[in-house]
Amino acid sequence: MPSTIKRGVSLYSFQEELFLRQMTVEDAIAFAASIGATGIEVLPEQNMPSFPNVSDAEVAWWKDTVAKHGCELSCYDMFLDTKIRKDRPMTDEEQVASIRRDLELCHRLGIRSMRILVFVRPEILEKCVPYAEALDVHMGVEVHAPWHLEHAWILRTIDTADRLGTKHLGILPDMGIFMKHYPPVFRARFERQGARPEVAQFIVDSHEAKIMAEYTIYEVAVKMGGNKAEVAMAETLRHAPYANPKRLAEYAPYFRHIQAKFYEMTPEATDPSISYDEVIPVLAAAEWNGYLSSEYEGNRWIQDVEPVDSREQVRRQHTMFERLIGATTTAS
Amino acid sequence: MFDKYLIVDDSLRATADGFAFDARLGYYRGLGLSMVEDLVVTIDDEPVAREAIRFDETGGGAPLTLDEMETNYDRQWNFGAVATISVIASEPLAPGAHSLTLSEKLRVSYLPFPAMNSDAKTLEVAA
Repeated sequence: MPSTIKRGVSLYSFQEELFLRQMTVEDAIAFAASIGATGIEVLPEQNMPSFPNVSDAEVAWWKDTVAKHGCELSCYDMFLDTKIRKDRPMTDEEQVASIRRDLELCHRLGIRSMRILVFVRPEILEKCVPYAEALDVHMGVEVHAPWHLEHAWILRTIDTADRLGTKHLGILPDMGIFMKHYPPVFRARFERQGARPEVAQFIVDSHEAKIMAEYTIYEVAVKMGGNKAEVAMAETLRHAPYANPKRLAEYAPYFRHIQAKFYEMTPEATDPSISYDEVIPVLAAAEWNGYLSSEYEGNRWIQDVEPVDSREQVRRQHTMFERLIGATTTAS
Repeated sequence: MFDKYLIVDDSLRATADGFAFDARLGYYRGLGLSMVEDLVVTIDDEPVAREAIRFDETGGGAPLTLDEMETNYDRQWNFGAVATISVIASEPLAPGAHSLTLSEKLRVSYLPFPAMNSDAKTLEVAA
């Protein structure tokens, strides 16, 4: 039978329209529901203006509104302002208190998955585990490019979770780590900023060949006398890894939620860059059934030349998800 | 990510002692005021002194200097919210077209360096 992977949407996807007040949060939820997505991922510091003092009435509004549209809140994206003060960094105790505050709001919203920023230290998270367990919230450290599933920093979280024997600490993969092809929208914007087509092609070819970024950056910056746009384009390679999708199977017990990052979908509902066609069969075979939560991040690459239509982009990604999930078979 | 939207269109106006305009935070979430490290303004290619800048995200009545913002841990500039930036000068800004630039230097904790966002627009001050 086909996989039971669930489809969801992060409100991050509509940042252009939400920022410009062209959509409301409820518009975004209603749209997600209209394309069959059932999980709504929230960024309280983006979507809840009263944060951190979110009232019970506001919490009730969120729960009622998603329920009205047949959805549920799937994940809470936390932030941690370790640099809130200019004169000193937050102490460890202050960091734990801030995360505990988020865990409590997450629990009040009825959400059981929290996205932890990748820079949060494992020893801080270890101190938060008792609170996460008591509130039944899974803390997933975001595996975001240029980190990847087997980066030593990520393995420290895995090791901590194993040592504690907890089910409430793990990871939360961002699919940007599976960038198989260089995004055409990146290239096009750098060309508009002055990158010569032949230099842009060299960078794209180098990424396609999976040449380590520093070689390409040196070639472009020094040997080719690259201009500002060309060097900046080459430097994006540092953050454009193609990790092995097969590794997802091994780490599946450590994640409950996925941020389905994308930069552009074609009119034919294919992703020209991120290898969802390889990722989804691996997740299905592992019988993973959390949310693939759309995270559209293409607005910043096209807004200088064309209106952003986040809804159409998300709709196309979900058409692709339906196709790929429908084609899977699970072991059992 | 939102550079072109930082300065709100058609918002430049003369005040009794200078000028004011409306602006948004170039970030995909809100940020406490203490983490707005600097707001750099130029008008007609002339830099504005840091001390001459006032910021108010409350809708009026609670302007802060940039130094005061640095230790304000209670107020925040919310996602997409329009705040007013005023500049105290010796006289009201003259009517007509003016080139205005704004750069926002933000202390985003997870970034290894400060985030810099910039916008430049030519706006008209009504006669």
